[in-house]
Amino acid sequence: MQRRAATDIYGLMAEFRTPEDLIAATHTVKQAGYSRLDAFTPFPIEEVIEEVAPGDTGVPRLVLLAGLIGAATGFIIQYIGNLVDYPVNIGGRPLNIANWPAMIPITFEAMILFAAFTAAISMVVLNGLPMPYHPVFNAPRFDRASQDGFFLCIEAGDPLFDRAQTAQFLRSLGPVQVSEVAN
Amino acid sequence: MAQAQPLRTGPQPDTGEMYLLPGETYTSISRKIGDVPLVSPLQTSRGWLLGFTIAFILLMVYFVSIAWLFIKGVGIWGINVPVAWGMDIINFVWWIGIGHAGTLISAILLLLNQGWRNSINRFAEAMTLFAVACAGLYPILHLGRPWLFYWLIPYPNTHGMWPNFRSALAWDVFAISTYASVSLVFWLVGLLPDFATLRDRATNIWAKRAYGIAALGWRGSARHWHRYEMASLLLAGLSTPLVVSVHSIISLDFAISQVPGWQVTIFPPYFVAGAVFAGFAMVILLMAPVRVWYGFQNYITMRHFDVMAKVMLATGMVVVYGYFMEVWAALYSGSRFEEYLLFNRLNGPSAWAYYGLLFCNAVAIQPLWFRRVRQSIPALIIISLIVSVGMWLERYVIIVISLEREFLPSSWDIYIPTVWDWSLYIGSFGLFFTLLFLFIRFLPMINIFEMRMFQFQENERLHRREQAGHGDTGRDIVTGKSEPGAASAD
Repeated sequence: MQRRAATDIYGLMAEFRTPEDLIAATHTVKQAGYSRLDAFTPFPIEEVIEEVAPGDTGVPRLVLLAGLIGAATGFIIQYIGNLVDYPVNIGGRPLNIANWPAMIPITFEAMILFAAFTAAISMVVLNGLPMPYHPVFNAPRFDRASQDGFFLCIEAGDPLFDRAQTAQFLRSLGPVQVSEVAN
Repeated sequence: MAQAQPLRTGPQPDTGEMYLLPGETYTSISRKIGDVPLVSPLQTSRGWLLGFTIAFILLMVYFVSIAWLFIKGVGIWGINVPVAWGMDIINFVWWIGIGHAGTLISAILLLLNQGWRNSINRFAEAMTLFAVACAGLYPILHLGRPWLFYWLIPYPNTHGMWPNFRSALAWDVFAISTYASVSLVFWLVGLLPDFATLRDRATNIWAKRAYGIAALGWRGSARHWHRYEMASLLLAGLSTPLVVSVHSIISLDFAISQVPGWQVTIFPPYFVAGAVFAGFAMVILLMAPVRVWYGFQNYITMRHFDVMAKVMLATGMVVVYGYFMEVWAALYSGSRFEEYLLFNRLNGPSAWAYYGLLFCNAVAIQPLWFRRVRQSIPALIIISLIVSVGMWLERYVIIVISLEREFLPSSWDIYIPTVWDWSLYIGSFGLFFTLLFLFIRFLPMINIFEMRMFQFQENERLHRREQAGHGDTGRDIVTGKSEPGAASAD
């Protein structure tokens, strides 16, 4: 491979045979002080997620907010529609706030609707999807990441990143192969 | 290497104790499930073509029935005063009930951390969506002027009018539309990582592109999985009260009214249990042939059928309790209309339906107490068929028998469905099965990534047990009595 500056590549990708190998490797890499790393796996692995992406996802807060907005929207629409804008006496039901029990079902459904759509959409958007191209797709055998391959990538932007030393370090962790990922 | 591991072939003994038969790897799971939708169009199996053709013909029956309805109006049906709700509402409640098992499996069992749901949740969710599609059209077709259905939705309009939000029928609109859209979102979120698997496995460039677009560029990053898991959990948490609310609200269509036999407080829980009961019967009916056709016996085992039969039995007994409560409510009410309703159910012109429902839903499920019955596919199919009929009869009893004998004896009448009632019902199976056949042809019918996760958890469990020196680590529901090391990864 011809010589390039470290920033020319996205990072170094190591492929592991089993999730157990990946869990051990992720732990070691994290212990060694690397911070800009990501793992690519065919299913969520709790131990890897805790090392690579600890902390808050941001999704629950948005869902709570959307649920409250949804409930308020559902209630206010009914209140305006049936009690303010177009009041009709139906079976003697009260035409004021005392009518609230009849409004609970739709308030509840609106809350669920807003919250559920927010859960799905915020997951996709915060993940930066849709993103048809990403450098990691250049890694050899990366199509296995959605089937049976377990990948760990140390990004070139990591302060400790050194093309030769980092590659050497990754090779010591027992991967199937280590490769440079073109940017 | 992670690829091309030798697979243990040949029949695996399925003793009904395991949720995942030994001999599977991440590779074999991805290949076996993922390659079903990737078969070239020219190599589509004859069985699929035959099934799809039959379903498609039935779909045409559906379209003809709807077209004739649009031309002539609801007068082509057997409904009239006093029985203004006939087979349209019976079938609406029946179909939506079937859908509820899918949400139960996908949401409630996820929250309860039941790993066995992984092999059936995708299929059951698809069943939910298609059953809700069949159900949702019935009330719209019943409107009389179906093209004005959008009047049910609150929007600023030149009439200066709003829907009557204090009516249970308006609650229905919100419940069904929310249920359909949230189920769709949950289903699509579940499909996202599997689309990536199909993208990476596809050899045909057009299939690769189509699944690639659907996958949104999913690359399995740990950060993505983190949010993904959180979103799935939240969706499950939101769907759980939703599914309970939907059938409760449908039961309120009846319970809020004053018709004898409808105004019963037991209705919401009794309807929800009945929905799950009918839904599990349908899951069993659909799963039993599909797992054989596509060779998924390793993933959908007799243990699955065993637990599904148990759920069916449990919810069935709740339904039976509901029947007792209806009788008790009638006797205790002191209302002569309620008392007469009970008399009419037992002795009236439609008494056959009431006795039929008692047989189908109360008597026919009792063999499920026995393990041997739960382990027999033919027995389960027969019982599930009887339960499906029984749950249809239940809605018939609730809707028709109550309305046939209204308060005023001068308006009493007998409800007789016409050929168009039946053709619309038979046609709705066409809609359901057309969608279902398209689903099993083009999408992975088992959740691939969750199966891999299940395999991983099973490996971990076996590993822990080996480290504990084969000691008893408590009741191991996932692996049952499988031999240690039988399901090693590579």
